[in-house]
Amino acid sequence: MILVFIEHKNCVLNKTSLEAIAAAQSIGKDLSLKVTAVIPCDKDCSLAHEIAGYDLEKVIVAKSEKLGTYTPDGYAGAWEHVIDATSPKYVVMAHTYQVRDFAPKLAARLDREVVGDCIRYRVENAELVLTRRMFLGKLDADISVGGDAPYFITFQSGAFRGDNAAKGNAMTETMEVTVGDIRMTPEGPFQEAKASVDLTKSDVIVAIGRGIKSQENIAIAQQLADALGADLAASRPICDADWLPIDRQIGSSGQTVAPKLYIALGISGAIQHIVGMKNAGTIVAVNKDAEAPIFDIADYGIVGDLFEAVPVMIEEIKKAKG
Amino acid sequence: MKQVANKDAVLRISSDEKWINESDVAMQTNESDGYALEEALRIKEAKGEGEVIVCTLGPQGAKTVIKDALARGADRAIHVVVENSNKLSPYQIANAIAEAIREENADLVLTGLQSDDASYGQTGVILAELLNIPHATIVIEVDRSSLTGNIRIKRELESGWYQWFNYKLPALFTIQSGISQIRYASLKGIMAAKKKEIREITASIADFPSAQTIQKVYMPLKTKETQILGGGDAKKAAVELVERLRNEVRVI
Repeated sequence: MILVFIEHKNCVLNKTSLEAIAAAQSIGKDLSLKVTAVIPCDKDCSLAHEIAGYDLEKVIVAKSEKLGTYTPDGYAGAWEHVIDATSPKYVVMAHTYQVRDFAPKLAARLDREVVGDCIRYRVENAELVLTRRMFLGKLDADISVGGDAPYFITFQSGAFRGDNAAKGNAMTETMEVTVGDIRMTPEGPFQEAKASVDLTKSDVIVAIGRGIKSQENIAIAQQLADALGADLAASRPICDADWLPIDRQIGSSGQTVAPKLYIALGISGAIQHIVGMKNAGTIVAVNKDAEAPIFDIADYGIVGDLFEAVPVMIEEIKKAKG
Repeated sequence: MKQVANKDAVLRISSDEKWINESDVAMQTNESDGYALEEALRIKEAKGEGEVIVCTLGPQGAKTVIKDALARGADRAIHVVVENSNKLSPYQIANAIAEAIREENADLVLTGLQSDDASYGQTGVILAELLNIPHATIVIEVDRSSLTGNIRIKRELESGWYQWFNYKLPALFTIQSGISQIRYASLKGIMAAKKKEIREITASIADFPSAQTIQKVYMPLKTKETQILGGGDAKKAAVELVERLRNEVRVI
């Protein structure tokens, strides 16, 4: 069987879990394995009913008073109990920040490791071969799992589509789980000062990366943005260097956007950035490095110096607009 | 701290198709590991006492990472020498590091969030489990005023959310890039580093039956047809692009 992790906060679903369900269903179909969803919670989770509406064998609410707020110790302990009780072949999760926090610990406790952040799989001799990105997205690697089950696999956001998760009617079960000491004390989650710029509503975005080289050079990107009526955004290194405020950051730790047009200037296209913008209608990449992974998802590419290309772009746009 | 291929390096796949040719690329300190060192130095400075020990697992060539760390202010170093470290799985790496540092009984173990080459993102977490200490990942701030047997750290969650957690020491944290500005090594630091201890450990790497194995690395399959414009001339490409944006994408 396959266990799939359902992530939630106060019984509100993290929607990437639907992608994990779709992934687990797909693997289950290929390997003739049944899929059971697992929801760690401190109560009879109200989410169980919603998840039972998918094509699953069962929904298990792993229940303990220690699971009210997420902690890595709490979740690893609860999962250890469920795995012990169910002996799954695969444990499938979405590669979220929470999963990155507890899944390797859980696996290590069972003398296993996680094949993490996978983008696809294939079946070879009735076993999975997983593909994951390496070298900041520049190369793909096919990975085989070793040893005995269970195997822990996490999939990158967008590797499967949540709305492809098949509907059905599963039974639900509450499993009281024993959880050991929780060695950390969480405070309440919070958002930093509300993002003053909501890039999710932008139609056109001009984004800059390390290729912009200095803070002074941002002016030229701003001029291009002004000419296009676009908003200026950035990849993480630019915000880390305080060249632009954090509310301009696109990617897994920033905003996720889907504008009509996204122009990436000097952005190599690390996975963490790409997950935040790959659903843009049209993607333009300007980069000196022809091998930069951003070109894999671009509709139009300019391989060359952005400081040569951008002034001409500004001029041509102004001409076109009259 | 790990040594990885330079971020901007053009990568060539090795002849066994299981890694890259590291001999023809510039190498550097893994980005988030550099931030982990910086945070360790700042914590020591805030506390006014203590020792920062750098641990690197990798080939002899990774000494440059250690020397740089010592020049920035680390007090001494442990080098777990493994020539073919890219063949190791994350558990094997964490296990070798755990054996190398266990007897140091560190109050705090900091690692980078993930490496920029293999990007397993789990060495630190497994290390915490093997050392039997609690951990947190994706730490973006350390409350340096909290250091009295307890420590308060801020984790980055998704979509602009954060959360503070409190830990009793010892603990392990994986540090997110950008936690603070990384200092440069001073000339004085570089000179002082020459006298600092680098202890070499020749690790015997234990077999790990559940190790994941890289079968093959290759260029990513294209998901999109990309039109490369201008034929190498950036200015010509810019003209062509604006023409496309106007007539095909219709945003102008």
